[in-house]
Amino acid sequence: MNAYWKKCLLCLLLLTPLAATANAGPPVIVIKASKFLFQPSKIELKKGQTVILEFTSSDRMHGFSLPDFAVRADIEPGKPMRVSFTPDKAGSFAFRCDIFCGDGHEEMAGEIIVRDEG
Amino acid sequence: MTHLIDRRKFLHLAGIGGGVAFVSGLGFDVFAADGLTDGLDFYFVQLSDTHWGFKGEDKNPDAAGTLQKAVAAVNALDKQPDFVVFTGDLTHTTDDAQERRRRMAEFKAIVSELKVKQVKFIPGEHDASLDKGEAYQAFFGDLHYSFNHKGIHFIALDNVSDPAAQLGQAQLDWLKVDLQALAANTPIVVLTHRPLFDLYAKWDWTTRDGQQAIDLLMAFENVVVFYGHIHQEHHHVTGHIPHHAAKSLIFPLPAPGSVPKRVPIPWDSAKPYNGLGFRNIEAYPWKNYRIEEKAIIKGETL
Ligand SMILES: [Cu+2]
Ligand SMILES: [Zn+2]
Repeated sequence: MNAYWKKCLLCLLLLTPLAATANAGPPVIVIKASKFLFQPSKIELKKGQTVILEFTSSDRMHGFSLPDFAVRADIEPGKPMRVSFTPDKAGSFAFRCDIFCGDGHEEMAGEIIVRDEG
Repeated sequence: MTHLIDRRKFLHLAGIGGGVAFVSGLGFDVFAADGLTDGLDFYFVQLSDTHWGFKGEDKNPDAAGTLQKAVAAVNALDKQPDFVVFTGDLTHTTDDAQERRRRMAEFKAIVSELKVKQVKFIPGEHDASLDKGEAYQAFFGDLHYSFNHKGIHFIALDNVSDPAAQLGQAQLDWLKVDLQALAANTPIVVLTHRPLFDLYAKWDWTTRDGQQAIDLLMAFENVVVFYGHIHQEHHHVTGHIPHHAAKSLIFPLPAPGSVPKRVPIPWDSAKPYNGLGFRNIEAYPWKNYRIEEKAIIKGETL
């Protein structure tokens, strides 16, 4: 999973300059929510680079809350939800499900790591 | 009617400090004004986050016995409170609707052993978020309500039956109407489960539209909020409104942001029931409240 993501990110990074000129929009990162986890639960981004976070749920309503950037979304099954996101600071930032979804709700969390460019 | 504690004894207690917090936006002088509180002082007990049905040996090996000990401790209080309030998470969540009702029935049977017959309930997300409060209402009644007691207007707010942890427009409208009838100096006590203010959003210790309730309450001079959810004593002030979180009766949680993860503090067999407890809240209309934290130690109170 990790290696996969690193590869993905690499692809995205390589694609970015192209995307900008081809008007294809920022890269899309798909985040799957299900009881009681996010996949992936660790996401690495570059500071200043806009990405689209696409959320899907395979079971029930979940939420995505990333308070450090005031980003939040409802994640309904069957309704992929897209949020444009440009991290403007580096560091490690926790996100979590903020729609009470059951037994393991309190553990349903993850982390976005934003790296400085260069 | 006699004062709950006379002033000399009160000042003595306040001087010691340990476990006794004097709570007032307006200070001692008001309390000291003779006659103002005559016949009006009383106290109630707040219990919170009992999570009946929780299992976790490392967090509370006496999960099936702590609630009964708390009930016994309240029953053992010298002078019985006017009423008792449970501020949410009465039961621990379960995806099984039948099991949820079983836990609620068991909880209700245990707390029916309280000598005090005036018992108020407020839902927590563990009770009410998965079925929008359906089972909760069948066992414990309304999700939000208000009542008057000895000159104080009590308001119970529900920030959990919506799984998105918000009060919602309908309840905010209800609150507005409820407050309309009150004079600006009416003492108001708000009882709720989650913090109404943004205590620590990273751990979801907040109510999405809680600020709207606070805004409505700001017009009143004498408002105090007692809540639960965060499983620890905590005191915070927004404007002139103090917010006091109560301890849990199942396991304590770490202080907001003090550790990377919001995970329960493990049971310490050297100090059983450490960090658990309930509180007596003495009310002195028109201005003051005094909180006394009560611990459970080997089933007895400190
Ligand atoms: Cu709780
Ligand atoms: Zn709670």
